[in-house]
Amino acid sequence: MADAGLDAAGARAAPRRRSRTGAALLAEPKVLVGGGFILLLVLVALFAPWIAPKDPLEQDLMLGTLPPVGFAGTEPGYLLGTDDLGRDVLSRIVFGARVALTVAFVAASLAALIGTVLGLAAGWFGGRVDAAISRLVEIWMAFPPVLLSILLVAILGAGLHSVIAAIVIIDWTRFCRVVRAETMAQARMDYVTAARTVGFPGFTILTREVLPNVAPVLLALVSLEMGIAVIVEAILSFVGLSVSSDTPTWGGMIAQGRQIVHHGWWVLAFPLLVLTLTVLAFNMLGDGLRRALDPVMRR
Amino acid sequence: MLALQALHRLLMAAVTLFGVAVVVFVLLRVVPGDPVAMMIAPGASPEDVAALRARYGLDLSIPEQFLVWLGGVVTGDFGTSISLRRDVLELLSERLPATLELAVAALLVAMLVGGAVAVAGTLARRSVLGSAIDGFNGVMLAIPDFVWALALVLGLGVMVPLFPLTGRIDPTAADGFSSRFYLVESLLTLRFEVFADVASHMVMPTLALALPLAAIIARVLKASLVEAMGEDYILLARLKGMSETRLVLQEALRNAVGPTLALTGVQFTFLIGGTVIVERIFAYPGIGNMAIDAVINRDLPLIQGLVLMFGLLFILVNVAVDAAVAALNPRLRHG
Repeated sequence: MADAGLDAAGARAAPRRRSRTGAALLAEPKVLVGGGFILLLVLVALFAPWIAPKDPLEQDLMLGTLPPVGFAGTEPGYLLGTDDLGRDVLSRIVFGARVALTVAFVAASLAALIGTVLGLAAGWFGGRVDAAISRLVEIWMAFPPVLLSILLVAILGAGLHSVIAAIVIIDWTRFCRVVRAETMAQARMDYVTAARTVGFPGFTILTREVLPNVAPVLLALVSLEMGIAVIVEAILSFVGLSVSSDTPTWGGMIAQGRQIVHHGWWVLAFPLLVLTLTVLAFNMLGDGLRRALDPVMRR
Repeated sequence: MLALQALHRLLMAAVTLFGVAVVVFVLLRVVPGDPVAMMIAPGASPEDVAALRARYGLDLSIPEQFLVWLGGVVTGDFGTSISLRRDVLELLSERLPATLELAVAALLVAMLVGGAVAVAGTLARRSVLGSAIDGFNGVMLAIPDFVWALALVLGLGVMVPLFPLTGRIDPTAADGFSSRFYLVESLLTLRFEVFADVASHMVMPTLALALPLAAIIARVLKASLVEAMGEDYILLARLKGMSETRLVLQEALRNAVGPTLALTGVQFTFLIGGTVIVERIFAYPGIGNMAIDAVINRDLPLIQGLVLMFGLLFILVNVAVDAAVAALNPRLRHG
């Protein structure tokens, strides 16, 4: 009975709260700019075959290392020039967005899932559970992340799955630490005591009361993690441990551009620029989400 | 009390290091991919392969291999690199000075740049310039060393080619060193031309490693400085007629530097980790660059040696930072 009453009250309050959150999100310029850029990138990745002016894999050695438009010796149709194998740089950047975003979304979500479950457990149960999980996190973080990711990918074998697995295996600790601290803080709040008094089971309080209050911080962190994942994928592609070389990736292009930088700077410059903008956009979005969703910061 | 705490931390660190060593050792051995198959000429007889496996101890069971390796490490024998066919400890001690010089130089530059930005931001905190510095620093915070390194390659290596793009020293200048600390040794022996050559090779990798850390230092130190500037002792000094710049540099800085120092220690370990990819980009001959090759070649003894070396560096940094923070904070010192 008490349950039904509370639920009804919750249902009545929910739409207003949601619309207010929506307004706060739209009022935050960082969310609009960062989120807008990411949305654009998602569309580019989805519709890559229609947007890319050329086939990203088509080689033409006659058209090798053409400079971008505005420089001497360009060919029409190659806006950002070509690499040393005559492949269109713009088309490769467009298709490269697919790998970058796939890694960003999948790796960040999985890392968040694992980190959140362990963080909630550590923060909620405390004691030995907390001690065990915290010790694990400490050992994990005693390792240089770049070295660990290269090591993991070398162990798992190169490829997209390994890159995602490596990011998840390394970065779940970021979520775990923050969610643990936040859960501990929330668990001491009056509303948790109230829910206990009413007789809610622990699991219900954790998932329906505590988790929504941890969500704003978590969401911001996921956005930041997506930026990190894009960089890690680029680093692994750069070292030659990501997807096979016939799939265009920003990191792979950057590695190629680094080698021919003296006579083809654009092969390095444009993918690097897009990579940087993407990382900045994820950071802005994360920062904006935190501001917009945190009631204390909103005031 | 403090000594006991330090001892406890050191012990925990040793346990962690041992754990890391075990995990890496086991992981590297249960995965498919035979290092011997990669190094031997095609068409070798099975007897040759077996002989080579026996030579590197790969025919023993995993626990046996670990004990042999651990026994070696304790006596200073890290084994032989499979891909380079040389003593691991020798390789590490050859490459480590390059990485140490790079990392320490980057740390100093980061503290200098970060400190200067923080002080400037504090002095300009109520003006448009102050918000501009904050905004700019916010963007800097999001850009990692990997991106910096490549942007520097384009900017200072290609477009305005001021500094050499690869390596550590001009090969013709590399003779006549008694140590591998080229930068320090050339300075101490007053060979300024060689010093300038080594330094110019280090400019770009140093900046790439230093700038992300500088942004973090700038933000944290500025927050502490602004907070300190609201304290009563600052008001008193201001009433005495001290200039704002002197207030920040002489009064506030001393009291605000603690949290930044503690954070810088943690971040310095990330910087050391960052040497792996930055050294790669600039073909800088340090242990980070070697680590990537070791992993790609599945050079088990070398990977293990490198992991242990990185772990040891991390622990030393943490111990040093703890000591520095305690020395600077009188409450901890007497407590």
